Amino acid sequence: MRPHFSILYRLFNFYYDGFRNISDWGRKVWIIIIIKLFIMFVILRIFFFQDFLHKNYANDKQRSEHVMDQLINSSDKHD
Amino acid sequence: MIENIDLSLVDWSRAQFALTAIYHWLFVPLTLGLSFILAIMETIYVRTGKEEWKRITQFWMTLFGINFAIGIATGIILEFEFGTNWSNYSWFVGDIFGAPLAMEAILAFFLESTFVAVMFFGWNKVSKKYHMVSTWLVAIGASLSALWILVANAWMQNPVGMMFNPDTARNEMVNFWAILFNQVAVDKFLHTISSGFLLASMFVLGISAWFLLRKREDLLAKRSILVAGVFGLLSSLLVAFTGDGSARRVSKVQPVKFASMEALYEGKNNAGLIAFGILKDTNKKIGEKSVKEFAFKIEIPGLLSVLTGGDKDAYVQGLADHMFGNEKLGIISVPDKIQRGIVARDALTSYKRAKLINDTAQIEALKGVFNDKDFHDKYFRYFGYASINKPEDVIPDVTISFYSFHFMVILGFLFIMIFSAALYLLFRGTIADKRWFLWIALLSIPLPYVAGELGWILTEVGRQPWIIQDMMTVSKAVSQISTGSVITTFILFAVLFTGLLISEISIMVKQIKTGPKH
Repeated sequence: MRPHFSILYRLFNFYYDGFRNISDWGRKVWIIIIIKLFIMFVILRIFFFQDFLHKNYANDKQRSEHVMDQLINSSDKHD
Repeated sequence: MIENIDLSLVDWSRAQFALTAIYHWLFVPLTLGLSFILAIMETIYVRTGKEEWKRITQFWMTLFGINFAIGIATGIILEFEFGTNWSNYSWFVGDIFGAPLAMEAILAFFLESTFVAVMFFGWNKVSKKYHMVSTWLVAIGASLSALWILVANAWMQNPVGMMFNPDTARNEMVNFWAILFNQVAVDKFLHTISSGFLLASMFVLGISAWFLLRKREDLLAKRSILVAGVFGLLSSLLVAFTGDGSARRVSKVQPVKFASMEALYEGKNNAGLIAFGILKDTNKKIGEKSVKEFAFKIEIPGLLSVLTGGDKDAYVQGLADHMFGNEKLGIISVPDKIQRGIVARDALTSYKRAKLINDTAQIEALKGVFNDKDFHDKYFRYFGYASINKPEDVIPDVTISFYSFHFMVILGFLFIMIFSAALYLLFRGTIADKRWFLWIALLSIPLPYVAGELGWILTEVGRQPWIIQDMMTVSKAVSQISTGSVITTFILFAVLFTGLLISEISIMVKQIKTGPKH
């Protein structure tokens, strides 16, 4: 086997063995990680956390104009 | 238009960010500190060759793994919020915030993630030394990734190393090193990571105390108390030292926050340090704002002057100095800063108008103004004041600032006493018999979490109304989205994070009860 394939094989084996022999708590936390990442990147990111400026303005020029308007118009309201 | 912005949108956006940041900070400090404790324990194992240290390291590594895995990526939610809820702010800070966050992501992903795998899968597969180095690299990588987040936060407290580009409405980095070595960043980094070390030490001490209370794992518990006691005592002293440096820095770069955390309304010479006090409602006002005064206080005369100015006769600035100005000290009043902010805002308005009518001469002239350091230092650095309605609006919540600071300091001294007592009792050989102390150690596990959260509350509430000190208010930073969507995601986060926390605690408690492998 060529050296770089050997390294890749050993690396793959390292992770494969690690995951195959994972402990009980390790299995539980991996399930939690997968559920969490799904909620974060699929549900929250797609449905609730779209980038406001990218969603509402087509290009950087429009985005900077929008922010400029926010910066120079009026004052704040405070409690 | 911002005139029509719903105030509850600002408050809900604040609450949402506070909720996610507070939950995120429940996971991070244990990772920061426990990784170093593991590295120390494993180093002892490699140097002595004693198997008991390997078993001890592996036990604490399990708890580290649970915390690391459940806490992983919780910080990314904060980055989601920047783009959705704080889009004006995200745009305005430009690459100053983006570059450190990108560095954090790269470091966290490549360094921590790679070597965490070696830590957990590599026992008996790689050499002892390689494994130990991997553990050290995870610890160093965790602290380095925290560094970049703290650099970004420090810039918000003390914006340096940038110039504003009126074409893009963004701040651009002109001096990376000024941002990295911003004194606020240095103080914040040292104080924050040492507080993480302290927290993890208390975690190890408390759980070891539980084993001794249950008369289980005597050797593991005592060895762990030795490492946690020494590391915790050194860390708690470092926390006190860096906290003092940090407070001193705040007195220079955020004097309004400093006066608020000391509830110091009128500046004075020979100012006393309030060790503890209780605030009550009175008729006292700063401008139009009612403020609370002390119903009771324990004060050490002159110490605040000594700590901030190096001399008991040094003058310590009060809130009134900043509200009304102090010519003798060169402090500009808030109304004056508002005028300077308006000058900067008017220059930006003129620039926008000149671009609209394509007045090239005016455009070039105003570009020169924005590139002028003198204009930046005298006017643009007060840009945020242009949106302040009443001078009193720049005073943060004194009650929250005062109590969060003082309870944090009191807890800091308590931790020094607990670690000192643990080491004293351990070396006398009586720790296992002192059940009262073991209970104190066990029940103290949540206290460093409380202290850490209080520190962040002080940092963030104390600089209100600013999101970027003097340059941008929180109200200006918020995106014009519906309040309902912010409330929905607030509830979603509360459920998600509470679920994660319950999972972490239940899996951890189960593993602690199971104990180390024999």
